Amino acid sequence: MLKKNEIAVVGAAETTRLGVIPDMSNIQLHADCALNAMADAGLKPSDIDGIACAGESPTNMAHYLGLTPKWVDGTAVGGCSFMIHVRHAAAAISAGLCTTVLITHGESGKSQIGLNRAPPSRQSLMGQFEMPYGVYGPPSMFTVPVLRMMKETGLTEEHLATVATIQREWSSQNPRAMMKDLCSVDDVLNSRMIAWPFRLFMCCLVTDGGGALILTSADRAKDMPQKPVYIMGTGESVETPMISQMADFTRSRAFRVAGPTAFAAAGIKHADVDHLMIYDAFAHLPIYGLEDLGFVGRGEAGPFIMERNTAPGGKLPMNTNGGGLSYTHTGMYGMFALQESVRQMRGTAPAQVKGAKISVCHGVGGMFAASGTIVFTNEA
Amino acid sequence: MSESKRPLPQPTPETKHFWEGTKAGEIRLQRCDDCANVYFPPRPFCPGCASRNVSVFAASGKARLFSYVIHHRPAPGFTPPYAIAVVELEEGPRLMTNIVGCPQTPEALPLDMALVPHFEKMNDDITLPLFQPAKG
Repeated sequence: MLKKNEIAVVGAAETTRLGVIPDMSNIQLHADCALNAMADAGLKPSDIDGIACAGESPTNMAHYLGLTPKWVDGTAVGGCSFMIHVRHAAAAISAGLCTTVLITHGESGKSQIGLNRAPPSRQSLMGQFEMPYGVYGPPSMFTVPVLRMMKETGLTEEHLATVATIQREWSSQNPRAMMKDLCSVDDVLNSRMIAWPFRLFMCCLVTDGGGALILTSADRAKDMPQKPVYIMGTGESVETPMISQMADFTRSRAFRVAGPTAFAAAGIKHADVDHLMIYDAFAHLPIYGLEDLGFVGRGEAGPFIMERNTAPGGKLPMNTNGGGLSYTHTGMYGMFALQESVRQMRGTAPAQVKGAKISVCHGVGGMFAASGTIVFTNEA
Repeated sequence: MSESKRPLPQPTPETKHFWEGTKAGEIRLQRCDDCANVYFPPRPFCPGCASRNVSVFAASGKARLFSYVIHHRPAPGFTPPYAIAVVELEEGPRLMTNIVGCPQTPEALPLDMALVPHFEKMNDDITLPLFQPAKG
């Protein structure tokens, strides 16, 4: 079994630019951050013997970057694919299948150049049983369970709006964030209606960009230029491709498998966590995440955020880059959550949490379809 | 709601009975003959116990409004605002649908409202199971 802190992140970088990048195609965004990550780690393509990616196939990326991998992973379950790649890569390195893995994400989500996205077939279950009813992108689907959550747990529109306002407090400290202006609960509630009860500011951005990670053994990491960030524990799961078929509209089964699996592997308790990332495609995701990962009880996440526990100066700093709501969201944001966890563990984040030693990074894929959780630490 | 441009389902061998059912004015579910699990969407085995001994039966049609959003952006075949809803059938399974016969407002769409099917014929092959508020 993969041991705690046996594997480390030794290279981490985003694309040189973020936001609107009309002069790069999807695959070049993968390559741009991959080159930056190799430079960060002081490695050459010939040093990389494993490749994992989503949005482009590992074949595309190995060829484009000039790699000859002996281990590949094309797990593509949406925005948390990269958390799952980290988990798989750590296991592969531990098992001796390869020594050094590059994980890439790039997505021309805004400019849509060379993007590999196809709508579901009308013969698929989603095509037959969801698409006929006017679903049109994630804002019309991912949001569907929330009214039930509100009725059963007391979650309010103000709670959801506060998720957005507090993440703007974080992004206001981040020069690379797309949205940096502070906003009020009224600003959020008065922003354009997208899918009631969701307003524009409760929905993620749509941007271009990418990020890459390089993992190797903790032993090798000792001789490398960057401060190693260790993989302390990992978890993954999937539930259903159809939001309408989620077993419980107030809980994510995938979250409730991935999160506790990672915590158990890391041997940590919630009080040990100094920094938290919860993939926020929409404002309800941190609510489900905080409850499903057990940081708070049922119905407590909204008040917990409103009491500023996750805000700058709070006891559980969360989504400190500004998140998908305010930092960037290319489509599969999970890589950017991982990048922020690594920056926090290296001590190089724009809104650095002083003395943070353990960071939990929790991702979602599809519409509550999949999940991956990584626990990082900067102490071996 | 304009109905002409919706992306319509294309039935597969495993789902044909469901779409034949809606044409006949029925919502056809499946029940496991071994463990009695009632499930949806259609497949020729039980996702609870993996048994292939399953039967098709007509649901009562009684349902409650389980959750929804009111979509405010245009989508092919729809004029916003319109509700994208999930209803829970009396037998347990939930399905996505639209709610017709009432305003598309939060006030007219309270959660747990009783619903009955409204079978909307789209063409000779496809009839969609929409829902409307139950009378009385």
